[in-house]
Amino acid sequence: MSKVLLEVTDLKKYYPVRAGVLRRQVGTVHSVDGVSFSLGAGETLGLVGESGCGKSTVARSVLRLVEPTSGRIRLDGEDITHLSKSALRPHRRAMQIVFQDPFASLNPRMTAGDIVGEPIAVHGLATGKELETRVAKLFEQVGLRPDQMRNFPHQFSGGQRQRICIARALALEPRLIVCDEPVSALDVSIQAQVINLLIDLQKRHGFSYLFIAHDLAVVAHISHRVAVMYLGRIVEIADKDELFSNPRHPYTQALLASVPIANPLAKKLAPLVDGDVPSPVNPPPGCAFHTRCRFAMERCRTERPVLMDAGDAHQVACLLNEGTGKPASVP
Amino acid sequence: MADSSDLVLEVKNLKTVFFTNSGLFKAVDDLSFTVKRGETLAIVGESGCGKSVTALSLMRLVPDPPGRIVGGSVSLEATDLLALSEAEMRKVRGNRISMIFQEPMTSLNPVIRIGDQIVEAVRLHRNLSSKQARDIAVEMLRLVRIPEPARRAREYPHQLSGGMRQRAMIAMALACRPALLIADEPTTALDVTIQAQILALILDLQKELGTGLVLITHDLGVVAQTAQRVIVMYAGRKVEEASVEALFAAPKHPYTRGLMASIPAVPAPGVAAQERLNEIPGTVPSLVRLPAGCAFAPRCKLAIKRCEAEYPPLIDWGGGHLAACWRAADVAEVA
Repeated sequence: MSKVLLEVTDLKKYYPVRAGVLRRQVGTVHSVDGVSFSLGAGETLGLVGESGCGKSTVARSVLRLVEPTSGRIRLDGEDITHLSKSALRPHRRAMQIVFQDPFASLNPRMTAGDIVGEPIAVHGLATGKELETRVAKLFEQVGLRPDQMRNFPHQFSGGQRQRICIARALALEPRLIVCDEPVSALDVSIQAQVINLLIDLQKRHGFSYLFIAHDLAVVAHISHRVAVMYLGRIVEIADKDELFSNPRHPYTQALLASVPIANPLAKKLAPLVDGDVPSPVNPPPGCAFHTRCRFAMERCRTERPVLMDAGDAHQVACLLNEGTGKPASVP
Repeated sequence: MADSSDLVLEVKNLKTVFFTNSGLFKAVDDLSFTVKRGETLAIVGESGCGKSVTALSLMRLVPDPPGRIVGGSVSLEATDLLALSEAEMRKVRGNRISMIFQEPMTSLNPVIRIGDQIVEAVRLHRNLSSKQARDIAVEMLRLVRIPEPARRAREYPHQLSGGMRQRAMIAMALACRPALLIADEPTTALDVTIQAQILALILDLQKELGTGLVLITHDLGVVAQTAQRVIVMYAGRKVEEASVEALFAAPKHPYTRGLMASIPAVPAPGVAAQERLNEIPGTVPSLVRLPAGCAFAPRCKLAIKRCEAEYPPLIDWGGGHLAACWRAADVAEVA
C-alpha cells in the first residue's frame, strides 16, 4: 500500500441514553465500538453496513464533527484526536465531506457560486476576480457550466446539486474526502454519472476517499478496499476483489446474498439471516452477530472475536475463521 | 381473450394530470396494462416517471385538487373503479384492492395498537364481532411471520422495528384477502437483509393467497427477482413492457438498455468489478414542458429527426414484448 494518509485506532463513540425527570443515564448506545483501519494516499476505502451500524459516526468522528469517546485519529502521521478548534483549522482544509442529501446540505439562500467559493474565502486563499476564476474552474471540473454560478440551489436537479457539493469539497484541494452515502438519494441513471465523476476526480487529483454506503454494488465499483461493519465494529476488511469473491464472515455472506441480482435467471432471493439488527444500546455479548448467525457456536455467545489476519491482506473477526484462515463454508 | 376470466385488473388508457401554478403535468399519460390472478407485474422507472401516481390512480387516492384522473378505465374484477361513487369505492378499497407504502411509520397510526388497526380494517369490510376480528388480526400477524403475534398485536408502531412494521402493514393489507395488492416501493426504506426477508414474504403470501400484485420499484434487481412481467415508464408513459426474461435478455427501448447498463452490480465471485459505469447523459425532463416527440430523445444516443417530431407508438415485437421507440429494431446492434 502507498503512504498511509489516515490512521484510525480503536475508535469508540458512546452516547448516553437518558430517561426520567432527572435525565438520569439509563444506558449507553455503543455507536462505534473499537474501530481501527488505515487509508492510503489515493486510495478508496468503502465502509458498508446496515443502518445503525455506526458507519456515519465513524465518518463524522474522523472529521472531528463528533467528538470520539476514545481512540486515536492520525492524519498524515499527526494525531488530530485532541487538537483544539483553532489548531484543527489548518487540518480541516485537508479533509472534506460530501453528504447524502444534496437538498439539505446546500444553503437555499446562497448562489451556487458563493457556496463553492465560501471555503476558499473563509480560509483566505483568494478574493475577488481570482476567487471567481477558481470557482469557475471547479464548476467545470464537476461538469457544471460556469454561468450556472449565479443560480440558486433550487434551480438545480438532484444530481447537479450533488455536483455542487463535490465542487465545494474540492475547493480547498483536500487530501481526504469523506463521502457519506453520496449517491443514495439519486436516481439510478444519475447515480452512475456521480460515481464516474468521483472516480475521474480521484484519478486526476490523487486524493483518498472514505466512502460510506449501504449499497454493496456502489461500494464495489468505487472502492479499492472494503470494510464491513456490524453494530459498531468492523467484522471484515479486505481488498475489494478478495472480499467479493471470498467473503469469510457469515454476515458479509448474508449481506451479499441479500442483494437482489438484476438477472431473472440468477438464483432467487435466499435470505441467509432472520430477524433484525439488535439494538446498539445493549449489544449482544460475545460476537454481536451471533443472534442471527447460522453457524453460531456456544463460544460465540461469550467470546468477542477480534479482527485477525486470514491471509491475502484479508482480516475477519469470526471464531469460525480462527487461526486456520479457513473460510466459513456456504452450504 | 380465453383467459380473460383470470384477469384481476385491466387498466385502459389511464390518464392522470396535475394542475399546478407552472402548468399542466401529465403525470400518467395513456397507460394500459393487465394483471392476472397470482401474477406479479413490476412497474419500474425513476422519480417523476409516474409510477407512484399510477398506484394512487388505481386506488383512487390521487389528491384532488391538484390532481385528477381525466381519462381511461380501471377495471378490478370487471368493475370499473373510476365509475364508482366515493362511498362505493370505500367498500372496495382495503377490501378487494389494497396498498402498502414505502414508509411504514408514516402509514401506520402511531397512537393505535397494531392489532386494533388491523381489526379496524377487517370490521370495516366484514360483519364480524370484535373477538372474531381480533382472532383474524393475530392470525394475520402470524401469517406475516411476526414472532409472538398475540403480544405484538397489543404494541404500538414505535415499538416495532422497520421490518416488523412493514410486516404489520402487509398483514393489514392482506387481512381482507384482496384480489389485488399494490406495493409502492415496499422495501426501499429497509436494510438489504430485511428487504430480502420482506420480498420473500410478499411472494410467499401472494402464491398462497393467489393475489395479483403490482410492485412499484426503481430497483431493477428487485424486479428481476420478483416479477413475471415488467412495465418500464418514462415521463408518464409506458415505454416498454415484456416478460421479465425477455426484458432482461433483450431490452428494446434505449432507455431500458441505458438503465440496465448504469446499475452497479455486486461482482460475481472471481470476477473483477468493472470500473466505470455506463451513464445516461442529462436528466429526466420536466413534465410541464415535454417535447412533442419521444421524451427520451434528448438523452438518447440513437435519436433521429423523427424522434423529436413524432411520439413513437407502442409496437408488439412478438410474445407481448411492447416498446415505444422508432429505433427499437436497431437497439440491439448499436448499443
